[in-house]
Amino acid sequence: MISTVAQQLWCVAALLATTVLAIATSRSRRSTAIVYGATFAISAIALAGALLSLIAHSNATELILPVGLPWLGSHFRLDALAAFFLAVVNLGGAAASLYGLGYGSHESTPHRVLPFFPAFLAGMNLVVLADDAFTYLLCWEFMSLASWALVMSHHREADNARAGYVYLVMASFGTLALLLAFGLLSGAGGSYSFAAMRGIQHTPSEAALVLALMLLGAGSKAGLVPLHVWLPLAHPAAPSHVSALMSGVMTKVAVYGFIRVVFDLLGPPSWSAGVVVLILGGVTAVMGILYALMEKDLKRLLAYSTIENIGVVFASLGLALAFQANGYGLAAALAFTAALFHVLNHSFFKSLLFFGAGAVLTSTGERDMERLGGLIHRMPLTSFVFLVGCVAISALPPFNGFVSEWLMFQAVLQSPDLPQWMLKIMVPAVGALLALAAALAAACFVKAFGITFLGRARSPAAEAAGEVDRYCLAAMIGLAALCFLAGILPGLVIDALSPVAMAVIGHRMPVQASDAWLSIVPIEESRSSYNGLLVFIFITAAASLAVYFIHRFASRAIRRGPAWGCGFTDPAPAAQYSGVSFVQPIRRVFGTLIFQASEHVDMPPPGDLRPARLRIDMHDPVWERLYTPVTETVWFFADRLNQLQFLTIRRYLSLVFATLVTLLLALAIWS
Amino acid sequence: MVVISDILVQLGQMTLVLLLAPLLTGVVRKMKARLLRRKGPSILQPYRDLLRLLRKEVVLAENASWLFRVTPYITFAAIWVAAALVPTFATGLEFNWSADLIAIVALLGSARFFLALAGMDVGTSFGGIGSSREVMIAALAEPAMLLMVFCVALIAGSTQLSTVATFMASSEVGLRVSLGMAMIALIMVALAENARIPIDNPATHLELTMVHEAMILEYSGRHLAMIEFGAFLKLQLYVSLIICVFFPWQITTEGAGPLSYLVSVAAYILKLVIASFLLAVFETATAKVRVFRVPEFLGAALMLGLLGTLLRFVSRGF
Repeated sequence: MISTVAQQLWCVAALLATTVLAIATSRSRRSTAIVYGATFAISAIALAGALLSLIAHSNATELILPVGLPWLGSHFRLDALAAFFLAVVNLGGAAASLYGLGYGSHESTPHRVLPFFPAFLAGMNLVVLADDAFTYLLCWEFMSLASWALVMSHHREADNARAGYVYLVMASFGTLALLLAFGLLSGAGGSYSFAAMRGIQHTPSEAALVLALMLLGAGSKAGLVPLHVWLPLAHPAAPSHVSALMSGVMTKVAVYGFIRVVFDLLGPPSWSAGVVVLILGGVTAVMGILYALMEKDLKRLLAYSTIENIGVVFASLGLALAFQANGYGLAAALAFTAALFHVLNHSFFKSLLFFGAGAVLTSTGERDMERLGGLIHRMPLTSFVFLVGCVAISALPPFNGFVSEWLMFQAVLQSPDLPQWMLKIMVPAVGALLALAAALAAACFVKAFGITFLGRARSPAAEAAGEVDRYCLAAMIGLAALCFLAGILPGLVIDALSPVAMAVIGHRMPVQASDAWLSIVPIEESRSSYNGLLVFIFITAAASLAVYFIHRFASRAIRRGPAWGCGFTDPAPAAQYSGVSFVQPIRRVFGTLIFQASEHVDMPPPGDLRPARLRIDMHDPVWERLYTPVTETVWFFADRLNQLQFLTIRRYLSLVFATLVTLLLALAIWS
Repeated sequence: MVVISDILVQLGQMTLVLLLAPLLTGVVRKMKARLLRRKGPSILQPYRDLLRLLRKEVVLAENASWLFRVTPYITFAAIWVAAALVPTFATGLEFNWSADLIAIVALLGSARFFLALAGMDVGTSFGGIGSSREVMIAALAEPAMLLMVFCVALIAGSTQLSTVATFMASSEVGLRVSLGMAMIALIMVALAENARIPIDNPATHLELTMVHEAMILEYSGRHLAMIEFGAFLKLQLYVSLIICVFFPWQITTEGAGPLSYLVSVAAYILKLVIASFLLAVFETATAKVRVFRVPEFLGAALMLGLLGTLLRFVSRGF
């Protein structure tokens, strides 16, 4: 009987073998089916293994492989936290592989996608399994590079090249931050294994520095504002099933890294760490969804919405840190479970939505929502599952998104007991930000679904769309079903998460399975409880009752006619509300402040036959305030240093001489 | 035996809100008309309107999808379930624990989500303008409502409405600044959510100023009846919510005799009449504001909710 961690590593080895296979067969026609079939099978096995070890409460297993640094080897470990994130990774991997079986056949250059896809999956699995700093960083870089290659798979499109460049720069920056963080964690002795790191005591300033570096390193991969800039460029540039993996799963691997270091390796947290993470999370949530609202490219909208969800996860984690620092174990377990639940939910519905966007893209060739519309008639199944995803991500009952938001709000309501004034003021403020983000998310997904799938077709491509193949549909229907099941049976999910909370926080939420009618009770029943199943049954019963009575006792006649529209309907589809006009009220309310949005009418002079046009100017505050000054500074110094390449030999010699003297002087003064 | 009586109370409550909802709207309309020195239609007019609409055939736009046809029922069901969870005359309802105040807010959010989608389904510019404005209003009203919920939940120590009502009915609450703020915030949100003056005018059909009516412009027949009924129920829900949280006097708590039910039903109806009178007076006394002044109104509600919650966080006394 091999240990659970060995099983997972065998799965990784199989994925890497699939990569080799993909390179060997990349020109063959059957290669798409072989590779995705193989990754689907392997991911399914790995998922089953991870779920088993999570549910069976099995103990952590370790394994040291004699590869890597000679005196260190490679440590791997599978504990409850790793098992949960492995389940998330492999569920996403299995769904993406299933989707890829259909979607991959439309790929124009499969040899640029197929070898890297299993490698990317293997990289994400390895990061979660790694148990020493060297292995961790190596696997992290492997994951980043594999995903970078996938982003660049359509490298001839100009935007994609830029996306790949920005991604590479940000990924290197993030890894640098992680490297420094692990350097601090390993202490004076330079112990790289996580087990040794747990034993080291850190001074408060060291701990604060590690937290800051983790926020930079893991935060840039997860998409925390203001480190998110690469995400909306890179995620949509990849093929859609890879976008789903990057948004739904890779950001979660970054969340895993943050949890592993800050909750596990760093020792007891301080409450100020909680404040920082909480504020960053709240700001990220609101900024992410505002960006998403302003977007008209469907896949970029989804990428920005990922940023919002990451903000929600980090805000919950910040709450958990604050509770834990003050010794409120139950409340910390509640906030932590809410964060993990949201991680799981987001991997379900964001993968589903990216699959839907990919289906729209294959069917119409369009990502721009302003050229879509009316797809509900031509892609009925896709539009139905996309609607499920939209409802779930908008945190509406009875779907799963609501449950995690609800748990998080319950955690917020536990916080007046916290003793620090800073927390007393920030927690309700962040609670307000999260409530605002949830409401804006609903608006955003009304727009996303309404403009893409409803109304009349805005382009011939949307007019001629058709339903996608059954593999894509199967993957989307499966995820939609999971969204629904996690929404109506949340108690089972919370119970499955309890070993993770137990291992990381030291406490767990009360057992939910024993509650009557499968309802969930975070603290005690008189305080709060929620029952997704009953709410669903009530809504279904009330709606069926209404339908029955009306169709039985009142009229059931129907007549089709032209739309009323107060008597005048412009037959041109361009007269419909567009996405840009749909968000105009929200742009006026929030955008004028944050994006400095302004509207101008370009009115041609009399006699000119050009049409008048409405122009909207928006400024991205993060790019303009933060990144442009930094890049300009880099360019400035690069230009100056560039002149050093064109000196005469005498000047070079004098430079060498001056350097030597300066160094010697420095040495003399130092000693 | 206890279970049966509990279920009976729950069913009675669900039927009561269903039966009373159109009457409440009728009473408000009548009072408004009287305040304007008009005679006004009978208070039973909303029932007649519903019956008339139910008997008519549905005229469906040619490119309306299935979503357009199921939305009226989903919306109605979500609002009805939410309304059934608000204690009107008795607390300790059988299914009260299945969803708390946050879930009620979210259920109303579901109803609005589908209604906003239906507004965009046919592809007319009126539907779009209505949906667009509705989601803007909701984007501010929903957080304001949630903050109000936080504030009340922190005072009562629970988000369960039954517990909140029982706690508020007890004498230990007293006057609190944060409660006052929460109440004003809730009233402002209620005005916005029910498309009342000063946010929206329920009586207008002047296209460019309407929000809710523009969104449902394409509906007719039984579909429109369901949506109208949903709107009546929503008004009833908000009024009941305000009554139950802030004025729960004479509400029957668990274990009381049948006589107390009679008293509390009477008290509830009396409170409804007072509330509709106040609403009518308020609506007559104010004017509708421009759409882009709405954020200021709702922003004030949001700030009040936040202030109330903050007060609870910094001090137990307020």
